[in-house]
Amino acid sequence: MSYFPIEDYAIIGNCRTAALVSRAGSIDWFCLPRFDGPSLFAALLDAEKGGHFRIGPVEEATTERRYLDDSAILETTFTTASGRFRLIDLMPVRSEAEKGTELWPDHAILRVIEGIEGEPECEVDVRPRPDYATSVARLVDQGSLGMVFAHQGGVCNLRSDIPLTISDDRSTTYARFHVRAGKRYAVSLVFNREEPSVLAPLVDQLNEQLAQSLRWWQRWAGHCSYDGPYRDAVMRSAITLKLLTYAPSGALVAAPTTSLPEEIGGVRNWDYRYCWLRDASLTVRALLDLNYVEEAQAFLNWMQHATHLSEPEVQVLYDVYGETRLVEREIDHFEGYRGSSPVRVGNDAAGQFQLDTYGDVINASYEYVRSGGQLNGASARRLARLGDVICRRWREPDEGIWEVRSGKRHHTYSKAMCWLGLERLVRLHQERHVSVPIDQFEAEMQEIRRAIEEQGFNQRLGSYVSVFDGEELDASLALLGINGYTDPGGERMVATLGNLRERLGAGALLYRYRDDDDGLEGSEGAFGICSFWGVELQMLSGDRVGAMAHFEELLGYANDLGLYAEEVDPGSGAALGNFPQAFTHIGLINAAMSLAGVRGYDRVKGQEER
Amino acid sequence: MSWESILLWGFVATIVLTSIMVAAQQLHLTRMSLPLMLGTMLTPNRDRAPLVGFSFHLMNGWIFALLYAMAFESWDRATWWLGASIGLVHSMFVLLVGMQMLPSLHPRMASEQHGPSPTRQLQPPGVAALNYGRRTPIATIAAHLVYGAILGAFYTLS
Repeated sequence: MSYFPIEDYAIIGNCRTAALVSRAGSIDWFCLPRFDGPSLFAALLDAEKGGHFRIGPVEEATTERRYLDDSAILETTFTTASGRFRLIDLMPVRSEAEKGTELWPDHAILRVIEGIEGEPECEVDVRPRPDYATSVARLVDQGSLGMVFAHQGGVCNLRSDIPLTISDDRSTTYARFHVRAGKRYAVSLVFNREEPSVLAPLVDQLNEQLAQSLRWWQRWAGHCSYDGPYRDAVMRSAITLKLLTYAPSGALVAAPTTSLPEEIGGVRNWDYRYCWLRDASLTVRALLDLNYVEEAQAFLNWMQHATHLSEPEVQVLYDVYGETRLVEREIDHFEGYRGSSPVRVGNDAAGQFQLDTYGDVINASYEYVRSGGQLNGASARRLARLGDVICRRWREPDEGIWEVRSGKRHHTYSKAMCWLGLERLVRLHQERHVSVPIDQFEAEMQEIRRAIEEQGFNQRLGSYVSVFDGEELDASLALLGINGYTDPGGERMVATLGNLRERLGAGALLYRYRDDDDGLEGSEGAFGICSFWGVELQMLSGDRVGAMAHFEELLGYANDLGLYAEEVDPGSGAALGNFPQAFTHIGLINAAMSLAGVRGYDRVKGQEER
Repeated sequence: MSWESILLWGFVATIVLTSIMVAAQQLHLTRMSLPLMLGTMLTPNRDRAPLVGFSFHLMNGWIFALLYAMAFESWDRATWWLGASIGLVHSMFVLLVGMQMLPSLHPRMASEQHGPSPTRQLQPPGVAALNYGRRTPIATIAAHLVYGAILGAFYTLS
């Protein structure tokens, strides 16, 4: 068994969990009952042991893929020497009102096979391997009720109108059949926490199920207010972000996968099925700019709820319900994607100290208020307490935005976000949304700014630098101009952008850092979101033509469906790291909004006036 | 049945129970705010909800004090440990059954099955209210043990 390139995958989901479907029609990653639950299919991390749910042609085939209109319904068309058929994959969704009218399984995957031409042979091969393949699924054939097996204290039912055969050891079920032109076949997998199970209807209500899901997605996409340049790329990014939200709490996970490597064969393999506060304000801004106000509010609610347990300190990442203890462990029995071990579950970065997060949380709330939202009393008090923490701790070194494991340093970006956090609180105070000691905050702001401009700016290089009194640059410095710490068109920022392109650039791509010792072996690819920051800063600094050229070059690094991983190998263009990655798509949306003039200098105008 | 005793010690026990839960919240042991959860059943105003919820909780406290008193009367004895024992059963019921049922009863609480529509509702508590922090069950059990112990220790049999 072999591994598909990361960019060969597509995502389907129901905003509580997601599945990755390969170009060959194999679901190689699926966790239940939520994104960070244990895997049921994990061939992505161990092709032999991980388990998969494959529906695809027996013969060699060429493949075309697309999502149906503005939806998360995937259509893969296989063309073989014997004919053509299409495979439609979705996790059915519907509105809460529709759910109230009939029973609905906790989770469902629906796979529909439609014959187009000839009679190509198709194979169904389902190998559930629950709990990261630590337990064995024993399939029981219950006739028309399908195959049943246990997972995570719940039950899975696999049903099909294709006769399925169970292997002797009852761990696998399979079928081979000829797909006839014009005929439809369906396979559904449902998961319920409790019995009796709710079964998904098959052929009899297939059209209705597909239509309902398509309608839901199109209605959701219809809320998007953006209709400017690069609309398709922006919409696909918005749908991908939506798929990565956890609807019951409003959280946004960074990616649905763990341990897809930043370097093939390397050790930089992390679990991204958690929620980072690091880019909270960029997330809120992207959602608000596209008119997804409810999603932005839900995210802010989650953020306020999540940070309560660690208040007034803020942790780097949380789970979808705000759990703070995310112990990292290794899944030794998985070889990892293309031998990239270890495979990690949990994330120790949760325990790091990152000053920038405080500013980001405050800035996210500020963006929300600026768009017309209101803070309740408890939220306002909580924000003010974050300002107190900034005043108390900004002089301390921190691990920085990139969560390096080489120790704490005085990161320029972290200090800038401390300044920004206090500045936003002062503005919120002036607009009577919060109450803060304004004189103290303004005095601290002056101190922070002085420290950044004296120690975070290297006179010899003519550029801001990663750490105080340092010589190196990292891509987070672009955010100094984007977030509003300084004028993006100012002399210092323009010079910094030039230095960033020179030192970290590979065409339109930007590495996040190159020379820094991050405490880990090996190297990594260029960073998706950083590359889009480069475009946004370039646009904000006044170089619209250059920014557009870079943006269009970056669009070429998406896969055929418009999806991005965390990183890109500049040499081959291959996707690296967890996939699809929310922050890369947030970067794309924000860069596109800047290019389209939806937002621009007004965000930093206040800074210029101060 | 000693009604004065139920009213007085039911009030005291509920105040202490609420205080323990609020203290647990302030100490960051749990995010669960019973007044907020109950209050938002009656009002969407998040600033007013805790007050409304506290009043609601006080009423519940008296109703449960009545049930505790009926148990003491039927046993013809009331001791702190008997009260605490009922409190243990009470807390287990709240955590394992009440919290699971709450999303069905609460008009402003999402369920674990909510989605993909975005939610501005309260997050569901999950099994044993673990979604509100892993120490939530400990705080809840401790508060109910104290609630029961107060009633058992001070209730006057009729």
